[in-house]
Amino acid sequence: MGFLERIFREPRWGVHPDDRKRPAADAPLRKLPPPARVYMPLQQHVGGAARPIVLAGQKVLKGQLIAEASGNISAPIHAPVSGIVAAIGDVTAPHASGLPFAAITLASDFEERWVEGEEISDPFSLAPEEVARRTAAAGIVGLGGATFPAAAKFALGRRLKVDTLIVNGGECEPYLSADDRIMRDRPDEVVDGVRIVMHAIGARQALVGIEDNKPEAIAAMRVAAAAFPEVNIRPVPARYPMGSDRQLIITLTGREVPADARAAEVGVLVHNVSTCAAVHRAVRFGRPLVERIVTVNGGAVTRPGNVFAPIGTLVQELLDFCGLDEAPARIVMGGPMMGTPLAHGQVPLVKGASGILAFDAREAHVPPAGPCIRCGNCTRACPMGLQPLELGARVRAGDLDGAAKLHLGDCMSCGCCAYVCPSHIPLVQYFNHAKGELWAKERAKLRTEATKRLAAARLERVEREAREKAEAAARRKAERAAAKARTAAEAQAGAESGAAPPAQSQHEGETA
Amino acid sequence: MSTANVKQPQVAAAGNANPIGTPVSAPHTATRLSVPRVMGTVLLALAPATLFGFWLYGWPAIWLWGFTIAAAASGEALCLRLMARPVLPALHDGSAILTGWLLALSLPPWAPWWIGVFGGLFATVLAKQAFGGLGQNLFNPAMVARVALLISFPVQMTAWVAPLPLGGANAPGLIDGLMVALKGMPSGLDAVASASLLGFAKTEMSRGVDLFGSLAHAPVQTWIGSRPGSLGETAGWLIAAGGLAMMALRIITWHIPVAMLLGIAIPAAILHSVDPARYLDAGTHLMSGGAMLGAFFIATDYVTSPGTPRGQLIFGAGCGLLTYLIRTWAGYPEGVAFAVLLMNSLTPIIDAYVKPRIYGRDRSGAAIEARRG
Ligand code: SF4
Ligand code: SF4
Repeated sequence: MGFLERIFREPRWGVHPDDRKRPAADAPLRKLPPPARVYMPLQQHVGGAARPIVLAGQKVLKGQLIAEASGNISAPIHAPVSGIVAAIGDVTAPHASGLPFAAITLASDFEERWVEGEEISDPFSLAPEEVARRTAAAGIVGLGGATFPAAAKFALGRRLKVDTLIVNGGECEPYLSADDRIMRDRPDEVVDGVRIVMHAIGARQALVGIEDNKPEAIAAMRVAAAAFPEVNIRPVPARYPMGSDRQLIITLTGREVPADARAAEVGVLVHNVSTCAAVHRAVRFGRPLVERIVTVNGGAVTRPGNVFAPIGTLVQELLDFCGLDEAPARIVMGGPMMGTPLAHGQVPLVKGASGILAFDAREAHVPPAGPCIRCGNCTRACPMGLQPLELGARVRAGDLDGAAKLHLGDCMSCGCCAYVCPSHIPLVQYFNHAKGELWAKERAKLRTEATKRLAAARLERVEREAREKAEAAARRKAERAAAKARTAAEAQAGAESGAAPPAQSQHEGETA
Repeated sequence: MSTANVKQPQVAAAGNANPIGTPVSAPHTATRLSVPRVMGTVLLALAPATLFGFWLYGWPAIWLWGFTIAAAASGEALCLRLMARPVLPALHDGSAILTGWLLALSLPPWAPWWIGVFGGLFATVLAKQAFGGLGQNLFNPAMVARVALLISFPVQMTAWVAPLPLGGANAPGLIDGLMVALKGMPSGLDAVASASLLGFAKTEMSRGVDLFGSLAHAPVQTWIGSRPGSLGETAGWLIAAGGLAMMALRIITWHIPVAMLLGIAIPAAILHSVDPARYLDAGTHLMSGGAMLGAFFIATDYVTSPGTPRGQLIFGAGCGLLTYLIRTWAGYPEGVAFAVLLMNSLTPIIDAYVKPRIYGRDRSGAAIEARRG
C-alpha cells in the first residue's frame, strides 16, 4: 500500500524540506552572559517606531522603559541589561540593506539589576482591558517573526468576538527550535500564557498546533495542559509552512480566511507559543520583553543549540558564544525559508528573531538559475494556490499588472515555490520586487489623486472667492441703488406721506 | 568576547564592504532536485525497456538509437552555437538526449541511419530550439519529428521486422548491425519484414477480413512484448514499470498517464463489447503501439502539458480519446503522436482556463465569505 499511497496521496500544499532541527533542538538551553553592549533598535515591530525617553549617560535598570510606544500600533522598548545609556543614534539594522537604523545603545554594568515589577496573583480577576494594557506596557510583539504588537491583536479579537485562540507551535521552518525548546522547558508558562490570552480576547477554547516532528514538546504540553480542558494540544503534520496563520487555521479548524480579510473575521486569533509565554511573564510578574530564546544553528556553528539571550545582543556575539568552525558563508536572521540575510554579524538581535543561522559554503550554495521547464512543482507547492510560474513569467516580462491580476497580492513570500524549483529560479525575489513596485505605484497613484483633489479644491476655492467677490459687489451696488431709491422715496414720501419701499425688503430677503 | 565585536557598529552603512558576499533573497535553502537530475531520472526509467528492445532487435536497433541521440544532441549544440549561447550547460541538462531517446524508441528498430539523423535534428533544431529552447516549445519535439518522418518517409517508417533476439543464430552482429543501419535491410539476412499488430489489423479490415479472421494469423502477440513494433512499443510492462517508478519518485504525477490510458481503454472496451468483430479489445489497445510510452513518457512532458492536476486530467483524457479515434477510424494505424500533438496545441488554452483555486477565493477569484465553524 505504501507504494500506491506514495503515488496517489497528494499533499494539498507546501513542501517538506529536510528539517535539520536536531541536534540543536535537543541541546539544553544555554544562557548568554550579559554582553558589554546591547543595541536596541527603536523599530522592532510592525507600526510606529518607539520614542526614546532616556538621555545618553543616564543609568538604567534591566527592564526599565527606555523608549515609549508612539501611536495606536506600536510597542515600547525596555533595557535588556542594567547599566548606562551609551548612545542614542544609528546602528546597522537587521535588514539585507545594512542601512543604519535608529537605536539606543546600552553599556552593561554586568549586575543584572531588574526594575521592580508589579506581581499579580490572579490575572483572571483583571479586566481584559487591563491584561491588554499590561501586555502592551511590556512591549510584547509576535515572537514568531510577525512582530505585530500583541495587545493590538487582543483588542481586535475582542472587537470581532473571536471564539478560538490558535496557538502556533508549528515552527515549520527548518533549523529552528526556539519554540520547541520553550514548550519542552517551560510548558507551564506557555499554557498559563495561553489561558491569559484567552481571557484577554474572550476566547472559549485554545487549539495548540504543534508539528508532529516535536514529540517531546507535544508530550510536555499535554502534561501542562491536562488540568485545563479548554486548552487542546493538537499535533499537526510537519509540513512547511504549517506555521503560517492561514494554513494552521484551516488545518486546525477547517475555517478558511477570505482573501484580504483578517483571521479574526472567521472567529480565530493566532498567537505564537513564545508570545504566550512572554504574556505570562508580563501579566503575572510585570516583566517586559527584554530577553528571548534564539536558535543558533547552521553548518558553520560548532555547538548549535538554543540560547537565552538579551535582545539587542550582536549576532556576532551569539555566534562566538556557540563557536564557529569556519567563517560563515552566509548569516541569516530567522529561518532558511523566509529569513533575512545579514551582510555581517554586527547587527543586533531583535524581538522577532527566532534564529540565527550561520551556513557553511555547502549550505549557502545557490545553484545558477536555468529556464523554466514548466514542471508545475511550484504550482503544486504553493500553499496559497497561486501559479508561481505564471506570476514569475509576468514579472520577468515587466507585466506587473498582469501579475497583480493573477493575485500576486495573495503571495505571502513563503518561499515554497522557489524551494522546489528544479531550475532554481529565484521566484520569491521576483515577487518581492514586483510587490515593491506595485506598492510604490499604488502610492504614486494615491499621491496623484491627492494632488488632483488638492488642485480641484484650490480651483473651487478660487471660484468661490471670485463668486463671493462678485456677489458682494452686486450687493453693494444693489444697496447703493436701494439707498438712492430710499432717498428718492423719502423725498417723495415727504411730499405724499409714505409706506416702506417694496424694493428694499425684497432685496434683503435675497441676500439674507 | 573580542574587542572587534564591541567596535562601533554605527559606522556600518550601505557602502560598507561586505565580508560574506551579496546577500540573496530567501529562501536560503533549495531542493536537491535539478533539471539534469529530473532528465536523468527519466532516462533511467526508460533504460529497462530500452535494453529489452536492444535484446529483441539486436545491433541494428542499437546503432539506430545511437545515431538518433547523437543527431538530437548535435542539433541542440549547433543551434546554441549559432545563437552564441553557452552550449555545455544546455547539453548537460539532458533534455536533448531525452528527446532523441524518446524518438528512437518510436522508430522501426531497423530503420536506416538517416531516418534517425533526420528525425533527431528535426526534433531539436526545428521543434525545440526554433521555438526558443528548453521550456519554450509548444509541441513535443520527439513527436513532431516522428510525425514529420512518418509523412516524409512512410515506407521506411512502417517497415517493421519480427524480433531477432541478440545472440540468436540469425541475429546480425555489431558490424553487420551497423551495415543494416547504414545500408538498409540486406536480403541475405533472415529478417522477417512484418507489420505491427495495429497495422496488420487495419490492413486486413480494409480487405474485408474481420478481426476474428485476421487475429487468427496475426503477428504473434505475447505479453512479454516479443512482437514486431518499435523499440518502445514492445515492452509495455517495462515501460509502465518505469513510469510507476517516476511517479514514486515524484517526477511525474498519476494524472496524465491514468487519464490517457483510461481515455483509450474505456471507448475500446465499450466498442469491443458492442462488436468484437470490428473493434480490438482494450487490453490489446493498451499494450500496442505507443500507448504505454505515450502515456507515461511522452504526454507527461512538462513543457508541453498543462501544469495543474485538473488540467492534466483533461489533457490526458484527450490524448487517450484522440489516440483511440485515430487508430480506429483515421488512415493511420497508430495515433499516439498525432493525439499528443493535437492536445499540445490545446495546452495553453487548458492552462488559461483550468487554474487552482486560490486560498481565500472562489474559482472566479473573488474573496469567499467569512464563515465561522
Ligand atoms: S512565495 Fe508566494 S507564490 Fe511562492 S509558494 Fe509562497 S505564496 Fe506561493
Ligand atoms: S518549479 Fe520552476 S521550473 Fe518548475 S514550473 Fe515552477 S518555475 Fe518552472
